[in-house]
Amino acid sequence: MELKTHISVNNLSVFYGNEPALKNVTVDIPDKKITVIIGPSGCGKTTLLKSFNRMLEAVEGIKISGAVLVDGENIFDPGIEITGVRKKMGLLSQRPYPLPMSIYDNVAYGPRIHGLKKKKELDRIVEHYLKESSLWEEVKDRLYTPASKLSIGQQQRLCLARGLAVEPEIILGDEPTSALDPKSSQRIEARFLELKKDYTIVVVTHILRQARRLADYVIFLYLGELIEHGPANQIFDNPKQEMTREYIQGVIS
Amino acid sequence: MNRARIEENLFKGLMLISTVTILTCLLLILGTIIVKGLPAMNWAMVSQIPKGGFYLGKEGGILNAILGSLYLATISTVLSILISLPVVLYLNVYAKKGSRLAYFSRFSFDVLWGIPSIVYGAFGFTIMLYLGLRASLLGGIIAVTFLIFPIMSRAIDEVMRMIPAELLEASYALGATRLETAFKIVIRQSLPGILTAVLIAFGRGIGDAASVIFTAGFTDYIPYSLFRPAATLPLAIFFQLNTPIPEVQERAYASAFILTLIILLVSLSCRFLTKRFTKHLIK
Ligand SMILES: Nc1ncnc2c1ncn2[C@@H]1O[C@H](COP(=O)(O)OP(=O)(O)OP(=O)(O)O)[C@@H](O)[C@H]1O
Ligand SMILES: [Mg+2]
Repeated sequence: MELKTHISVNNLSVFYGNEPALKNVTVDIPDKKITVIIGPSGCGKTTLLKSFNRMLEAVEGIKISGAVLVDGENIFDPGIEITGVRKKMGLLSQRPYPLPMSIYDNVAYGPRIHGLKKKKELDRIVEHYLKESSLWEEVKDRLYTPASKLSIGQQQRLCLARGLAVEPEIILGDEPTSALDPKSSQRIEARFLELKKDYTIVVVTHILRQARRLADYVIFLYLGELIEHGPANQIFDNPKQEMTREYIQGVIS
Repeated sequence: MNRARIEENLFKGLMLISTVTILTCLLLILGTIIVKGLPAMNWAMVSQIPKGGFYLGKEGGILNAILGSLYLATISTVLSILISLPVVLYLNVYAKKGSRLAYFSRFSFDVLWGIPSIVYGAFGFTIMLYLGLRASLLGGIIAVTFLIFPIMSRAIDEVMRMIPAELLEASYALGATRLETAFKIVIRQSLPGILTAVLIAFGRGIGDAASVIFTAGFTDYIPYSLFRPAATLPLAIFFQLNTPIPEVQERAYASAFILTLIILLVSLSCRFLTKRFTKHLIK
């Protein structure tokens, strides 16, 4: 399998105060594939994911070294505009957090921030991305009602639509289905498999079965260290490291 | 009856007693000002300035104090919003979690909140002397603004701190700047809290006598200039109550009734506004 790189992580280390959360991680994340980050709780999965859209910097006392190249540019370069980096990526968090406004305004929030004002164009975008995240049919008659009234599963799909509406290249998901019921989780997974045609997707999960269903590429972290990474079939069927094998077999968790 | 049941009932009873006590106090206070003030209540009270005697005439009304208090409290409240909002937005959006500056600012608000209003009066007076001002509406505004802005800041800060960090993150992740996030998300999400804070501050500002006694002074005339003394309701009540004349004392209670009514009206309209703005909030 020939893989084009989209995000390239070079010697990334992250410290919270003096506690290391990531130690010298180097890995390439392939373009237009689903990369799944697995590993036990507290091993640094969220930290790795959040380093991609520079969401870590708001934490007091954090130290970051190394580089993350997106499309060949180091996002930590002083000259790089942080909003530009974030615009390239849609983020789905563990629990959906709709913005305190209507369904329509949630999806239109990003495009408006980036300067789009025309009502017609916004209407088109809202409809398009609500369809893209398979929420349109359920909400098309109540676009102007509060987003907080939706069910959790619908809210997560709304967050997906909201993220897609800024036309990112990358979708980041931090255990995006962990608050959802099985049916809603399935819909999100199905969306991901569909969306990878056009987007590079990076998902954190600690559900191994979900990892198997989604992954083209797998990154296994343990206590802040990158233990192994590679194409999904290799990691799941024939891991090189003993630790990876044990984790996949459920010996360590 | 088992123990849990008895405990449950005991605490329910205690809570009921507390509630009833508070309600009784409220009713007693309202009752007193209504009963004692009603004889002096008439249209002239709210439509005319005092007549027949400096400060304390038995005739005319207290329009001077009503307008003075409204000007003073409204302008001070607006100024406080202009000071408080940037401060709390800074603390909650720009400052890092657990930053020293944020901690110190919050601590200062608590201290400022606890300072008696007479001290703000004295402080305002010092500033006025320094600026070469005499007792005036402007002096009162300065003192009252100092008095209420920590209250407002702390109250708004308290609700902004409740906003989940993930909500801000969701906005940042879409490429919004901090400023955009502050205005489009944080203010919107904390709007009910902001309105409540404004209301508390206004109530404190319009009801305080000690901070305006040296700074705003008193006059029988309707305030027409920032640089002239202005009458205020709390001082009108104070002066009128201090006379030995029963009719004038009655007018003090009528004034108190008017002051209470103003606060009630502002409070109700705030409630009404809050209802209209809260439907989109994330709970
Ligand atoms: N804001 C923070 N301040 C201090 N330490 C932190 C912070 N966030 C994470 N950590 C620490 O960094 C390490 C990695 O955390 P991270 O959230 O990346 O783990 P994770 O793999 O996502 O775990 P989980 O599966 O439980 O979500 C943990 O030891 C955690 O305690
Ligand atoms: Mg995590």
